[in-house]
Amino acid sequence: MSIPGDLKYTKSHEWTRSEADGTVTVGITHHAQELLGDMVYVETPAVGRQLAAGEECAVVESVKAASDVYAPVAGEVIAVNADVVDAPEKINQDAYAAWMFKIKPSNPDDLSGLLAASAYQALVESEAH
Amino acid sequence: MLKQTPLNQTHRDMGARMVDFGGWDMPVNYGSQIEEHHQVRRAAGMFDVCHMLVVDVTGSGIREFLQTLLANNVDKLKEPGKALYSCMLNPAGGVIDDLIVYFMREDWFRIVVNAGTADKDVAWMEQERAAHAPQLTIRPRRDLAMIAVQGPQAREKVWQAIPAARAATESLKPFQAAEFDQYFIGRTGYTGEDGFEIMLPVADVADLWKTLNTLGVAPIGLGARDTLRLEAGMNLYGQDMDEDVNPLEAGLAWTVELTSPRDFIGKPALLAKPVKMQMLGLVLLDKGVLRGHQKVATPHGAGEITSGSFSPTLNQSIAFASLPLGVAVGDVVQVEIRDKLLNAKVVKLPFARNGKSLINI
Repeated sequence: MSIPGDLKYTKSHEWTRSEADGTVTVGITHHAQELLGDMVYVETPAVGRQLAAGEECAVVESVKAASDVYAPVAGEVIAVNADVVDAPEKINQDAYAAWMFKIKPSNPDDLSGLLAASAYQALVESEAH
Repeated sequence: MLKQTPLNQTHRDMGARMVDFGGWDMPVNYGSQIEEHHQVRRAAGMFDVCHMLVVDVTGSGIREFLQTLLANNVDKLKEPGKALYSCMLNPAGGVIDDLIVYFMREDWFRIVVNAGTADKDVAWMEQERAAHAPQLTIRPRRDLAMIAVQGPQAREKVWQAIPAARAATESLKPFQAAEFDQYFIGRTGYTGEDGFEIMLPVADVADLWKTLNTLGVAPIGLGARDTLRLEAGMNLYGQDMDEDVNPLEAGLAWTVELTSPRDFIGKPALLAKPVKMQMLGLVLLDKGVLRGHQKVATPHGAGEITSGSFSPTLNQSIAFASLPLGVAVGDVVQVEIRDKLLNAKVVKLPFARNGKSLINI
């Protein structure tokens, strides 16, 4: 599956989408869900929580393993996706549609530190070896 | 360098995700492991268990040797072909491994041991043989491959794939095996379903695997193998017991035969040790997933989960827990998951058998 070119990524396998209103939507990548396998539990951060960049703020659990999800940038949690909490398998079905939470970044410039699709692709390929 | 089974390339060709399992390059899943789990409960699936080791013991006086070597009593094996599940203990009463022993003839018993412990098992058996039964021969059989075919349709599929197997194995009862042509087939498994474990020459295994697949038997990875055995209430060596665990505290008392006067390795140590813990099942009542090593709080003291996962049959998280004596089936205990205490109900094992949940909460 191709890595969407309009998104930005982290080394810890989160995807981010910059929205027109300045907020950032966050999920985990297709590659991450493929490694974890069938998802059975999702825990999202509380709305209103202030996150530091790189902070553990959500959890995804597959049948196999639990994995932390990290804040891609610092900011405030302004929304969470109740649909993936109710139906974690949506992450397996379409990882880039199954967003987990939205952040209002403390500093919009932080987004420039995220990986472009090509850099993330290279990371995934390097991990395969 | 990881060890490979004779089916390694076949797994890759079938799209398996491969993982390092105790030094072996093994398939963890081919697609959805939950679907693989259901396939075994509802129809038939097959497992590569070539990493496990077949050990043949031959010579005269095997029965006496095994009565000392094993915690279960091979005297229960009267009919040729009968199998017995047993632990092999160290002198301190800890579990060196759990295994299945088949009685074929008075001068031939076959033992199947776990992959990760195979080398130390053979070394231990060899040491005991040299000291107490030098007339016996202990022969590891890496020339044999092994696959398990499990599920309500498993036996029928095996009979279609190996026509001669029908006559040879149709009358086998559970935990009984037969040998014919190049095959050794036991009505055993690690899923809680009916089925066979088939041993055959390494050169023939890939063809049998492919034939079974064309008959609709799905390949099943280690991921589903774990959730199937967990639902079936079957211990996993290295997680639920090891050399530091008392089998009487790990749900294995039924396999340790203490009533006969025979002496076996580990028996004096077991009799001298007080039993303080018990192995019971947990079903998580709150949302989350139970995992090994999570702490359990009970009114009788602390316990710990030894194996936990998500049960596809119950659609809930389940676990085995080592709990203090005094905790009873029906109690609600608290499991520490990250920064929360979640409620779990204590249940009797197993959770599921023959396609059905045995839990009613």
